[in-house]
Amino acid sequence: MKARIIVTLKNGVLDPQGKAIEAALASFGIAGVEGVRQGKVFDVEIDAADAATAETTLKTACEKLLANTVVENYAVEIA
Amino acid sequence: MRAAVVVFPGSNREADVARALRLTGADVVKVWHTETALPSGTDLAVLPGGFSYGDYLRCGAIAGRAAAMDAVRAHAARGGLVLGICNGFQILCESGLLPGVLMRNVDRRFICHRQLLRVERNDTRFTSAYAKGQVIDVCVAHGEGNYFADPETIARIEGEGRVAFRYCDASGALTVDANRNGSLNAIAGIYSAGRNVLGLMPHPENFVEDLVGGTDGRGLFASLAA
Repeated sequence: MKARIIVTLKNGVLDPQGKAIEAALASFGIAGVEGVRQGKVFDVEIDAADAATAETTLKTACEKLLANTVVENYAVEIA
Repeated sequence: MRAAVVVFPGSNREADVARALRLTGADVVKVWHTETALPSGTDLAVLPGGFSYGDYLRCGAIAGRAAAMDAVRAHAARGGLVLGICNGFQILCESGLLPGVLMRNVDRRFICHRQLLRVERNDTRFTSAYAKGQVIDVCVAHGEGNYFADPETIARIEGEGRVAFRYCDASGALTVDANRNGSLNAIAGIYSAGRNVLGLMPHPENFVEDLVGGTDGRGLFASLAA
């Protein structure tokens, strides 16, 4: 089955890349953008008995490698 | 002093740190990251600078989970010495051997220049050849050296005297200009609770011979050899 993992920076963690993107958008005339936070998306193909098992496995993957929980949050979505 | 330098795909400063260690009398062997044990008699495990795994995912994230890191973790748990420089510091944070994380530099630029550091204490295995409060002239070269941890962790590190080096000016003052990557509390390097693990972003191994313009980095290797 397919799953998507979204990793985002926690609130309060400085995001220099997001700030740069925000400034670039303003410079390109994209009006009204009041904040940008950059994150990561992982599209995963996983063989699992059911969605709950897949979710458990992928949460372990996030804790072990995909997210640094000092500064990042993660969410697992099973398609 | 027997030192094992752990090499990952993308490490590129292993030869420099090996040279610095040999200059101060250490026996040095290189250990490939797939090894599950360090050579017997290893006193010091070194994680060199570079771009392990191309900095994919996060700097040091994949290397921090390599087989050899289990051996490094066991070595540290026995009280063995561990030194991580630059990418090695990032790997130590990602592996859980040191707290916190190295974020993108605050101004987003890769910085590569001479850097003054203040030696916070000299009663450790890594800094006995320096004076407490001494300002040393070494180098930095990194894009992700902005030390960050949550307020509780920062308070704990500071309370336990675990900051090894801070970015400073020539008088030892902690100025905004001296802290180019934006690290919290100008932290350039930290110790583990037992002070047997040191991670630092600057490169002491760059400045160990007069030929290259400075020798202030040599004290760290001389301390280890003492």
